[in-house]
Amino acid sequence: MNRILCLEMRGISKSFVDVKANRDINLTISSGEILGLLGENGAGKTTLMNILYGLYRPDDGEILVNGEVVKLRNPKDSMRVGIGMIHQHFMLVEKHTVLENIALGYDEAPFFFPQRTLRKRIWELSAQYGLDVDPDKPIWELSAGEQQRVEIIKALSRKADLLIMDEPTSVLTPQETEELFDILRKMSSGGHSVILISHKLEEILNICNRVMVLRKGLLTGEARIEEVDKGKLAVMMIGRQIAAAYPKADINPGDVVLEVTGLDVDSDRGLPAVRHLSLQVHRHEILGIAGVSGNGQQELVETITGLRQPLSGSILMKGVPLDHADARKAHTLGITHVPEERIKYGIVPNLLLYENSVLKRHRDAPFSSWIQMNYGAIKDHAGKLVDSFQVDTPSINVRVKNLSGGNIQKLILGREISGGPELLVAAHPTYGLDVGATEYIRKQIIELRDSGGAVLLISEDLDELFMVCDRIAVMFEGRFMGQVTPESCTVEEIGLMMTGSTIQEE
Amino acid sequence: MQIDLLPRERSTATLNLLILLGSLLAGLLAISVVFALNGVNPALAIFSIFKGSFGSWYGIKETITKAIPLILIGSGLALAYKAKFWNIGAESQLLVGAIFSTWVGLNWGPHLPAIVLVPLMFLAAFIGGALWGMVPAVLKIRFGINEVISTLMLNYIAAEFVKFLVVGPWKGASKGGYPYTDDLPAAAILNQFPYSRISPVLLILAVTGALILGWLVYRSRFGYEIRVIGENTYAAKYSGINFFRTLVVLMAISGGMAGLAGAGELMSIHHYLSYPDSLSAGYGFTAIIVAWLARLNPAYTIVSGLFFAGIVVGGDAIQISMGMPAATVDIFNGMILVFLIMGDFFISHRVRIRLGRTVDA
Repeated sequence: MNRILCLEMRGISKSFVDVKANRDINLTISSGEILGLLGENGAGKTTLMNILYGLYRPDDGEILVNGEVVKLRNPKDSMRVGIGMIHQHFMLVEKHTVLENIALGYDEAPFFFPQRTLRKRIWELSAQYGLDVDPDKPIWELSAGEQQRVEIIKALSRKADLLIMDEPTSVLTPQETEELFDILRKMSSGGHSVILISHKLEEILNICNRVMVLRKGLLTGEARIEEVDKGKLAVMMIGRQIAAAYPKADINPGDVVLEVTGLDVDSDRGLPAVRHLSLQVHRHEILGIAGVSGNGQQELVETITGLRQPLSGSILMKGVPLDHADARKAHTLGITHVPEERIKYGIVPNLLLYENSVLKRHRDAPFSSWIQMNYGAIKDHAGKLVDSFQVDTPSINVRVKNLSGGNIQKLILGREISGGPELLVAAHPTYGLDVGATEYIRKQIIELRDSGGAVLLISEDLDELFMVCDRIAVMFEGRFMGQVTPESCTVEEIGLMMTGSTIQEE
Repeated sequence: MQIDLLPRERSTATLNLLILLGSLLAGLLAISVVFALNGVNPALAIFSIFKGSFGSWYGIKETITKAIPLILIGSGLALAYKAKFWNIGAESQLLVGAIFSTWVGLNWGPHLPAIVLVPLMFLAAFIGGALWGMVPAVLKIRFGINEVISTLMLNYIAAEFVKFLVVGPWKGASKGGYPYTDDLPAAAILNQFPYSRISPVLLILAVTGALILGWLVYRSRFGYEIRVIGENTYAAKYSGINFFRTLVVLMAISGGMAGLAGAGELMSIHHYLSYPDSLSAGYGFTAIIVAWLARLNPAYTIVSGLFFAGIVVGGDAIQISMGMPAATVDIFNGMILVFLIMGDFFISHRVRIRLGRTVDA
């Protein structure tokens, strides 16, 4: 196969059950180019790249390499034409050495002394692109940046001309990011092309020659990098129109319910995720947290709901400190939680609907006494939830895994709201839901706020935040870049803050 | 032709029962092959097994005798498996229970009436089994040690310790050099129904124990929490369930039930502590299959315990009458377990067979 001089995706469409992930997308990239692919989560970037890598087949459209149509039925086909992909989570065997990992799937090694050939190849590639790794170290001893270099060598050793990188910098420190960019520049001057998936505008502006922006499955913008700046990109990514806000009762915020002061939290990887952050949520108030995901929102939510241990700082819930990771204490203090990964955390798929209807509240009266569950009261409660939160289910005696995503979310939200919580922490509550369920859930959240609850709403969907919230704070790299009210702020301002610029509050 | 495996969206009680019976049937068919290869008529052999256990009063009485420890242990295992805690160590929890109750019997027995001594010995056995069962729970939660390995290895430690006791410090003065402890005092010996080896006390203990554990799993708050842990540990974390306390209590109960079985064998059948394999006959392992056949509902172990006790008794019978090797029963049990576990696959999946040319989807 010749080298990829030009690759073209034409009219690519792909839908999953009820979501159109890609709609009629055209993409071209030629040798030596670094193309940024920008968009919010769920915009369809990863779907598009998975099609290129042969993991999905498009419903419509074709892919051309050097002007010839190619069929990419699986990753092997893609590798054969010279496409390599580096996933966000590395595909490496932790206990094996660098050499052994690269040897996996390396077909050109001779039968005798394969190590000798491979080691030579690794040294060549390392020297050529500045990919500094020790071939004999086991993977688990390497930093994230080094592991990424192993992935790059792996792709190059399989003769990849076009490298797809899915959010490569999300696991890297700033220095490692710089090193990666140096490597990418060397590769592009050597005739390789790179597609970089990212939602960090700065990086795109820094490294790419050209940028394409996706939103809700559509291509919403394409430009040479000289023609754009942060503001323009933010608008392309987020969209301009903001729908009208939902009607809310005209009530001023009441007493402080949740007070977070100087909170520092680390991520699972041990990197700082929340940095010295403070916030307050009042009765009758919905505080929205905007921001591209991965900027510490998840860690913040987990800390407030008692699932993660903070490093320092204080969380006061109605004056009572919540200083340990203790989900039960958070619950008894009146904090309820609609989790981001709702199937993973929010329900037990194999238990019945009524059993799930009291998860976390199962220790509260009247659902159980110190020893016995009161299934009569639980079934009554489940029946009421199903009725008042419009959960579409044949009965309360079905396993929850048989419900659709929207109905599972209604059930979780109903469960978390129905007890009249002091504070509801809702993370991406309408993500992936259809229009009807989305609207219903937003209205329920507003109703909770009107009736005296405090709500912390984490969302990537700016429409949602503008429609629902009383105040919006924008989070970037673990800090708030500013707090605004929906009435007095523009999408451009929010877009700039989401990408790391502060604005002064008047 | 193309065969697809698809996730099954709904499963009904009838379907589960059919799959269970299908698995048993498939297991019996596979065992038939083993019998046939040994030159024995499989139909006759399987018939003889069940005739040996359920075909005579003697067989039925022996079956109930052997069902008692299987029910006690199996119900405790079902409880642990509900939380996906794979306790393979019931054999040693039984032995430690027997050690504890032997100590109580030999040391306090001579001074106490039966009405006090018997409950005390059962309590000691429960505590012994519970402590031995809690070790792997603590190891797992605090240090992430796989419970299959730790419970399995603890079996060897307990077995060797029993051997050490009966040939060493506890060797009975009255036993003429045999590796047994002295006989327990008369107050510690359980009465049996006339012309049988069934102890009414043990029978009641096993049946009520299994029913209580069934209630515990499906009706109590503790049972709710162990089912949440077993089905989704993330949701258990989310809902603030205390893993450490729940799993330690769970294994205390699971081990304690095995301990009770150990005390029962000791006080009803053997009357003294001896070599581990004469005390238990592998009940701790057979009970794994008992729990599985009961679909992890402790109450159902009353039925599945009887079924496997029947196979043990009938297996002994055909060893003698048909000249089959002693391992026959183990092969029988192993085959049934493998097929039961395979059957679970069809509860969560369905198979679609399409005839005709394959179409590239």
